[in-house]
Amino acid sequence: MSGPGLNDFVIKIGTVNGTGSASANGLLMKSIFRMGIPVVGKNVFPSNIQGLPTWYEIRVSGDGHAGRSGEVHMMVAMNQATYDQDLAELATGGVLVYDSTWPRPQLENRPDVTVIGVPLMQMCNEVVKAARSRILMKNMAYVGAVAALVDIDLAVIRGLIEETFAAKAKLIDSNMEAVKLGYDYVKANYECPLPFRVSALDKTKGKVMIDGNTAASLGCVYAGATFGAWYPITPSTSLMDGFVKYCKKLRVNDENGKNKFCIIQAEDELAAAGLIIGAAWNGARAFTPTSGPGISLMSEWIGFAYYTEIPVVFFDIQRTGPSTGMPTRTQQCDIQTTAYASHGDTKHIVLYPNDPHECFDFAVRSFDLAERFQTPVFFLSDIDLGMNDWMVDELTWDDSYVPDRGKVVTKEDLDKMESFSRYLDVDGDHIPYRSLPGTDPKGAYFLRGSGHNKHARYTELGHEYQEVVDRLLAKWASAKTAVPAPIVHKAAKQARHGMIAIGTSDAAAQEARMRLEADGMPVDYMRIRAFPFTDEVEAFMAEHEEVFIIDQNRDAQLLNLLLTETSVAREKLIPVLHYSGEPLNYRFVYDQVMKRIKLRKIA
Amino acid sequence: MTSFVKPKIRRTNEPLNELGLARADYEGSMSTLCAGCGHDSVTAAIVRAFYELSIPPHRALKISGIGCSSKTTSYFMNDSHGANTVHGRMPSFATGALSANNDLATIGISGDGDSPSIGLGQMAHAMRRNVNMLYMLENNGVYGLTKGQFSASADLGSLPKKGDPNEFSPIDPVAFALSVGATFVARSFSGDRKQLVSLIKAGLKHKGFAMIDVISPCVSFNDHKGSTKSYAHTYEFYSQAVHADYIAPSEEIVAAYDEGEVMPVELHDGGYIQLRKIDATYDPTDRGAAFSRVMESDSAKEILTGLLYIDESQPDLHETQNMEARPLNQIPYTELNPGAEKLRALQAEFR
Repeated sequence: MSGPGLNDFVIKIGTVNGTGSASANGLLMKSIFRMGIPVVGKNVFPSNIQGLPTWYEIRVSGDGHAGRSGEVHMMVAMNQATYDQDLAELATGGVLVYDSTWPRPQLENRPDVTVIGVPLMQMCNEVVKAARSRILMKNMAYVGAVAALVDIDLAVIRGLIEETFAAKAKLIDSNMEAVKLGYDYVKANYECPLPFRVSALDKTKGKVMIDGNTAASLGCVYAGATFGAWYPITPSTSLMDGFVKYCKKLRVNDENGKNKFCIIQAEDELAAAGLIIGAAWNGARAFTPTSGPGISLMSEWIGFAYYTEIPVVFFDIQRTGPSTGMPTRTQQCDIQTTAYASHGDTKHIVLYPNDPHECFDFAVRSFDLAERFQTPVFFLSDIDLGMNDWMVDELTWDDSYVPDRGKVVTKEDLDKMESFSRYLDVDGDHIPYRSLPGTDPKGAYFLRGSGHNKHARYTELGHEYQEVVDRLLAKWASAKTAVPAPIVHKAAKQARHGMIAIGTSDAAAQEARMRLEADGMPVDYMRIRAFPFTDEVEAFMAEHEEVFIIDQNRDAQLLNLLLTETSVAREKLIPVLHYSGEPLNYRFVYDQVMKRIKLRKIA
Repeated sequence: MTSFVKPKIRRTNEPLNELGLARADYEGSMSTLCAGCGHDSVTAAIVRAFYELSIPPHRALKISGIGCSSKTTSYFMNDSHGANTVHGRMPSFATGALSANNDLATIGISGDGDSPSIGLGQMAHAMRRNVNMLYMLENNGVYGLTKGQFSASADLGSLPKKGDPNEFSPIDPVAFALSVGATFVARSFSGDRKQLVSLIKAGLKHKGFAMIDVISPCVSFNDHKGSTKSYAHTYEFYSQAVHADYIAPSEEIVAAYDEGEVMPVELHDGGYIQLRKIDATYDPTDRGAAFSRVMESDSAKEILTGLLYIDESQPDLHETQNMEARPLNQIPYTELNPGAEKLRALQAEFR
């Protein structure tokens, strides 16, 4: 198992939300990143504006593991309300840092951990006058204390502060002063640095720290999306915030100051879906970011777009359900919903990105797939991916990219045709041609969610209806050759066991696989990246005696989707279910797999 | 049953519009509504209005929700793209479609089952956004396709064919539109084709959201004695406040008129809407006065019709969004791609 050790440990910071600690925590993580050491941050926050407990977990991993480890080695306990919980969570041998302005002797009742008291508030009160500034400076002071304990380079911290406050030079010195308060106190009173600490590496060149929603919003910009509509919902809101920001920066006509985009904040998700479907019908690349409750509301429209073959992209940033659930906690609980959203026989294309880099790439691919197959495409992310900063390769763009707009007839095409039928399978590939409004009278057709035949005319004749829905199914199935293929990580030795995961389970699954192998349990691992499942998925399950299916939900939604959509036998699939709302950690996966394999050996 | 394309059988010497098109060129598939349905008269008025305005059918969008009225989008202008969407959600679809291409003349068709119930929110927000479209609300106070339940526009005390009178306060689309801030609010009657055609033309030419609440009786479920949405009741209580005529930029407006009786409202295309007041005391440019007059007439059980309110000065959604004149769907990708170098540069904040 991992850590703690040099460049291998976890710091968790417990604070009260609304106190400005997010920027201090970001500063800590970014400093380590700037020292060339791979790092990952997880924000665990309440559905609240001010006053409730919030945590930030920073995993320093010189080996570059991107998932959670499942242990905490240093707890920076800044919220008295959660002292007991925070102390309990600390691993044996760990260190607890707290504000000893108010001494807490009960923190000493774990002899297996070291408690370091720093009178943060007292020191800040002595040098800072304004009350709000005192709280902000206290945050900077704990950054200094941690920096001293784990040996973070103060010059790097200063550099970041200088960038942040480039426009307000006065704040640079005051913030650095606060950092130094904590730093100097710890240096003067404790042996520094700790045995687990950082040491500069060269492993973050060409990398960026970015969250999935921001990366996806950039993907929308580069894909040429011109129309976005949304109803604000956690945790998807920052995707549209990003799109607004980058459109204003990159999509305004320099000559006249006019926008080459349209973004509408809808009155609800019902309207958001209608807006993008209308825009897409009329030829704009259109999308909406939402979360599970939004998908529920949009479902009627989703079936409409599926049946009438309109290319739209739904970004579902999953959060814990059912109902309102825990809106700021993560889950993969919309796997089944997005695969089959809406009433009637409906099947969709769904992409499962695993990190922000793939969020950028898959956002672009979502639009290409939607237009190529003339159908809604779901981009299934979650709060862990969407709102946390991940270290990934810098995003790159190939300027030779040409959007796949699919089969859209032009006026010239129509002039050459005797007649145009919207839903006719002309090429035998199940994908019809579509015409955009305003092109030519010959291209006109009537779009309807009611029964229609291949000529887009109303029908109640069973065989005409079936001809269309059979083609829709064949079209969907044919997408499996166009969606991103799965990625397989094979054990060096022949493995009897397989493991399958999607999306944000990937980092933990990869690390668990590696450590299982190191401990003599070879397991092959496949990350599925899209629905419909490609043929490799079925083959992978056939090749293994047992396959562990990792799901971040209670009901084994991925496992059940595999059962429904492939011929795999039920007894072959072993569920690994994690649904507490916290991002998955590798220890959980490792333990579940190890336990099962050992049990089987005994049996 | 399969609907079929109505054959075009032309009269010789039929009159043609500026585009050289006959009225038949604006027709659609055969109606499947009941004989005598008010909606078919509304459809005929729409055909005439588009024909007289010489709008090329393929440069128009016709969008509807669900219900009898919403079915009518396939009964006119076969050469237009049409969409029969989901219940009450026509406004959002139309808003999205128009955002992608603002150059298309857009008509939304809805009814009193589609709009004042599930669609009330979307209708309100299309008004708030001043979406540049004509919104026809074909109002008969009853659900036809599900056979005769009251809708939200049914008047208090109105009698159904069978059963008890309506006990719930009606939603008056006109009062609603005035309160929300629609910039063109009219009421008409399917039985008054002359007024209706004029209003449709004016509504199509208005830059912004135009709503026409059309009393359009349901012959099958709401045309009996005791119904307040029957032909007989509507004729009896019908009253005209303001007549509106669209005057194209090429035409001259009435040279001489008596002050206070006729007033021209200048439009963005250079044409005019010429308002002829039948009630000289009525001012259709005063929202507050229009609202109180509509309330008074509602209380008096009078069916007040005509162009009841107009404000041509408000920006439409396209303008509020500061969008280019060129339709979004015609901007080439080369102009949408910020380029690899910009992507590299903007990531400085993530390092």
